[in-house]
Amino acid sequence: MSHRLAQGGRLIDRNAPRKFTFNGKHMTGFAGDTLAASLLANGQTLLGRSFKYHRPRGVVAAGAEEPNALVGLGKGDRFEPNQRATTTELFDGLVAESQNHWPSLDFDVLALNNLVPQFLTAGFYYKTFLQPRAFWKHVYEPIIRRSAGLGKAPSEKARDPDRYEQIYGFCDVLVIGGGIAGLQAALTAAQSGARVALWEQTAHWGGRAPVDGVEIDGKPADDWVKATVETLEAMENVQLRLRCMGAGVHDHGYVLGYERLTDHAPESDAPRHRLWRMRAGQIITATGAIERPLSFAGNDIPGVMLASAMRDYVVNYAVAPGRDVVVVTNNDDAYRTAIALRKAGVGVQAVVDARAEATGALPEAARAHGIRVLTGKGIRKVKGGKRVTGVEICRIDSKGTAHTDVFSCDAVAMSGGWSPVVHLWSHCGGKLTWDEAGSYFRPDPDRPPLGNDGKGFVRVCGSADGEMGAVLANAHEAGKNASEAAGFKTKNMKPAQDAAAPEAPMEPVWMMPRKAEYDLRMKMWLDFQNDVKVSDIQLAAREGYQSVEHAKRYTTLGMATDQGKLSNINGLAVLSDALGQPIPATGTTTFRPPYTPISIGAIAGEARGPIFQPLRRSPLHDWHAANGADWEPVGQWRRPYTYRRAGETRDQAVNREVKNARENVALLDASTLGKILVSGPDAGRFMDMLYTNMMSNLKPGKCRYGLMCNENGFLMDDGVVARLDEQSFLVHTTSGGADHVHGWMEDWLQCEWWDWKVHTVNLTEQFAQIAVVGPKARTLLERLGGMDLSPETLPFMAWADGQIGGFDTRVFRISFSGELSFEIAVPASQGRAFWDRLTAEGADMGIMPYGTEALHILRAEKGFIMIGDETDGTVIPQDLGLNWAISKKKTDFLGKRGMEREAMIDPMRWKLVGLETLDGSVLPHGALAVRPGKNANGQAITEGRVTSTYFSATLGRGIAMGLVERGPERMGEEITFAGDGDKHIKARIVDPVVYDKEGAKQNV
Amino acid sequence: MLLLTCPCCGVTAEETEFAPGGEAHLKRFGPGSADEDYESYMFNRKNPRGVHFERWRHAYGCGKWFLAARDTVMLEVFGTYPAQTTEPPAEIVEKIKARRPDWEGYA
Amino acid sequence: MSETLTSALPGAEYEGFVTVREAGLQGMITLRGDLGSKALAKAVTKATGCALPAQRQITTEGDHALAWMSPDEVLILCPHDKAPALVETLSEALAGEFATLANVSDARAVFRLSGAGWRDALAKICPVDFAPLGPGDLRRTRAAQVAAAILVDGAEEVRVICFRSVAQYMFDLLKTAAAPGSEPALYR
Repeated sequence: MSHRLAQGGRLIDRNAPRKFTFNGKHMTGFAGDTLAASLLANGQTLLGRSFKYHRPRGVVAAGAEEPNALVGLGKGDRFEPNQRATTTELFDGLVAESQNHWPSLDFDVLALNNLVPQFLTAGFYYKTFLQPRAFWKHVYEPIIRRSAGLGKAPSEKARDPDRYEQIYGFCDVLVIGGGIAGLQAALTAAQSGARVALWEQTAHWGGRAPVDGVEIDGKPADDWVKATVETLEAMENVQLRLRCMGAGVHDHGYVLGYERLTDHAPESDAPRHRLWRMRAGQIITATGAIERPLSFAGNDIPGVMLASAMRDYVVNYAVAPGRDVVVVTNNDDAYRTAIALRKAGVGVQAVVDARAEATGALPEAARAHGIRVLTGKGIRKVKGGKRVTGVEICRIDSKGTAHTDVFSCDAVAMSGGWSPVVHLWSHCGGKLTWDEAGSYFRPDPDRPPLGNDGKGFVRVCGSADGEMGAVLANAHEAGKNASEAAGFKTKNMKPAQDAAAPEAPMEPVWMMPRKAEYDLRMKMWLDFQNDVKVSDIQLAAREGYQSVEHAKRYTTLGMATDQGKLSNINGLAVLSDALGQPIPATGTTTFRPPYTPISIGAIAGEARGPIFQPLRRSPLHDWHAANGADWEPVGQWRRPYTYRRAGETRDQAVNREVKNARENVALLDASTLGKILVSGPDAGRFMDMLYTNMMSNLKPGKCRYGLMCNENGFLMDDGVVARLDEQSFLVHTTSGGADHVHGWMEDWLQCEWWDWKVHTVNLTEQFAQIAVVGPKARTLLERLGGMDLSPETLPFMAWADGQIGGFDTRVFRISFSGELSFEIAVPASQGRAFWDRLTAEGADMGIMPYGTEALHILRAEKGFIMIGDETDGTVIPQDLGLNWAISKKKTDFLGKRGMEREAMIDPMRWKLVGLETLDGSVLPHGALAVRPGKNANGQAITEGRVTSTYFSATLGRGIAMGLVERGPERMGEEITFAGDGDKHIKARIVDPVVYDKEGAKQNV
Repeated sequence: MLLLTCPCCGVTAEETEFAPGGEAHLKRFGPGSADEDYESYMFNRKNPRGVHFERWRHAYGCGKWFLAARDTVMLEVFGTYPAQTTEPPAEIVEKIKARRPDWEGYA
Repeated sequence: MSETLTSALPGAEYEGFVTVREAGLQGMITLRGDLGSKALAKAVTKATGCALPAQRQITTEGDHALAWMSPDEVLILCPHDKAPALVETLSEALAGEFATLANVSDARAVFRLSGAGWRDALAKICPVDFAPLGPGDLRRTRAAQVAAAILVDGAEEVRVICFRSVAQYMFDLLKTAAAPGSEPALYR
């Protein structure tokens, strides 16, 4: 049965049919349809099941406010649940399925909930599932999980194939909402020369005005809309965006916009969604108003619809939501629907008006069309199950125990008045005021959201401002004020004149009939999506949830994906009535962005796949990748953990690399080490503040290891300092610490010692740094030829500039492995060539690279500490036996005062020792040393922990370092470490240096 | 998201270009200082509901530190100024007084 | 060594609604010092031919350019192979000044964006209003998650400079931003 009318439909193109499926059923609509419109046209009124009671539900609205008509869209990787059919534009091949039903839409087992609705009243889960406790995990939770939620989540294996992006925009005036008010505001602002952006969430300009029969300058609104859009499009300073929703207004004029570029055209190669990160000087919200439902029994049965929505379907899409309609209202506006239906040839049984009389122009016009008008009446209840079959009418001021009239009908159009869309105004702190005449909250212009200059930056116009009649003058004023606030002069222009039929005052009706008994109240839906009824709010009030925010959470009113766009005011009114206070005293809940849900893809933007986060690559990265590197993240760097050869395990590869470095010659890519130039007349003085040890007396040409602490005295970074000349030092930092240390230096120089003459330059990435390590290192380098690398000319802890093999090098005689080692820096552009040269020249010597794991083992065998392993932000140098690196001569350095505190000189502090398991096994990472007994809380007593632990290929057994209470005083003692489960591991406290304690191997 | 103007390079940019650095105008207490002084330098921070002086670094821009006078509730920015000062400049203080007559002043 | 020198991402090129090209080796020298010093200005101009730039500006003379980086820092752009000698020359000329020079030619990667849509592409990754930026302007900012400097060379030509280690990330970002079909038509 088609409900498509033979005539009309201002937004559809009857020459462009569009095929789609709903629950596998093939249907046809037209280009310009929304999915909801075409479903209605195909006679599909039942669209889904409700959240708690699994009641049959159909379309209520025609726009973003729709609570019921949520469907799953798309297939496979593109499946998306909870999409509003009313804002989904129809395209060929669209696939939709209904939600929240089992086994089928027409027959739903969980609709049993509907037969015992008392079971699921407000707060039901707090009350029902409390006892017995053991039931929670195995009975209640699985049931709730199965029945909760509306749509099903996409498959965990699904990978969204679409593109998404974000964009930073800037404008002087941003107008949100492309109805006639928004268009006028944009036009006025644009003529001032201001940069203007205008966003409209739907695919059409003009909003409701053309549907409502508004005339502008004596002509249909559509004519003016078309002309105005053309004018705006021609202006260089104006950006128009359709399908772009103002999602949220944030601090200092920051607005998120959600542009749906290809939801309606999936074949396009454009990004699917674009998230606008707009910074606007001034914002005008022209977001219109939303009609309120009326609360009568059975107001959720498919076929009951907002009066304005019904008008939209008839006028915009030529769809008749029913054959015989009853209109129920408390205002004049709904008569427009009655007239529109009648004009379209749809039967209108009656207009039921709650007001004592209806004598305005619109009711009179309805009567002139032969429409029956009943006043002082309301709907007692709607009859029907999956579809409206009729209504019973009663006196509005009655208890509803008896009906006065009965109508047979298949649709009900309801109107409880209009509420301005104040969400965007409210997001960033704009306050509202109660409008008694219209019974709605509207923006209070005296309390706007405030910008970084302390002045208001949001204005409202049109029906969003509570202007329910002519809006263009009001919109013009907003456009003028906004552009002037943004620093532009507006031209002396007059806005067009809009006119619509005058309306008599509405009369609030929060419950229909006003004295309805409980059996009716428990069938009056407020929040359709979360299944909250009038009786639930009344129960919450009786149980003491008097604050609107508490009542909201207790009943879940307004907490569904539609955020209560339809239910908010009605719910507040019912709560206020139950509390016996006026609505403004109850207030409203908080409006939070986004206005309607936005996609996760848009939020992620470009940050996915290879550019999810920046990965830093050394100049030798490609070589590592081509030579079997297993990567390890070090900050944002990727460093080779080890280089695996065919058939090797990771451990085997690591052991091979360790042995090779000890016995032969090996290469390490040390390019990621921080390298910071510190230079200037006061550089020495500054270095002495940065480091715990003395640096100012380091001689040019020499290197020294040093420690950096924060002001707490805790170790922050370490590394080798090379003195370049009288005024310059080169600071080496850890790989992960370079940016932090550079920032730390600049902080002290800029903010504390700004009169000191010191410059820093971060040279980390200027150089590829390659450590040539092992007994044969010098032999290899001498083969390349160039500078004198003999121990006499370049002894341990010296550095020199020169050429090796024709490369521009700076050679540091430093060692983190304990072997003879040359750390060689070359400009990054020469790095790969130098590395290739070294590997080629060393081939016959068995040269091989080693990764970070071998580096760790080599240093651990030498008892060298690693920042982040031996330190955790609470460790001072003294804990690590590094007292020798703390100057006693210096009166001050960063961290010195911190180290003077009582807790830092406590003899019971955990201190660094070596650990040797009795059976030679490898201790678990981070294992705690425990001693017999329990502490006051019944927990094990700990006396230390493992900080580094490895298998030493050199020694053929496990080695470890750890922090142990009074550790250095307990050499040789056996202590116990807790392993997995009840396992305990015995280890002996030993010297942390287990390889070449004298340093004979590195100092050759 | 805040908009701040870096007084060092003149750029007005969104918060993501900057890095916050906590309370401004702290006085460093080093070796030999009293426990209370060191404690206040290291750990005690103002946390006002209203006027506050903060350190910011134009981390993704010119790299310079600067200071900002800001309302922590209304987010109004009264001004930004160079970091090389031990107390808020007079014109900033005047501006705050004009905007917040009941402000107790910088202490 | 010139035959073995490699820039960060040699030959990387992408044709989107703007063209993205890795610009190859570019000589760069960091100069930190008092930009108000006449002696410094004189020495720098003598060595490069360029006047000291005003705040957030670039001055160009032949194959040399000066870019204002911060109140006490300019970046000297020169041919890659001339950088070491220029550091020497300037070091001697600035011997009496409190100034620091460092050859940073290899620390960075440079990408060249060509096409009228460069503002539209960069708007997707940088929180910057590009409308007021024109030839001779410089803006340091953030490109998605890394630091970047944008040098406007001409009406349809800009350079984006980032650290060398994130060159691949930057190239991939620019490719994504310039992908055909994603033109936002924001700036016109």
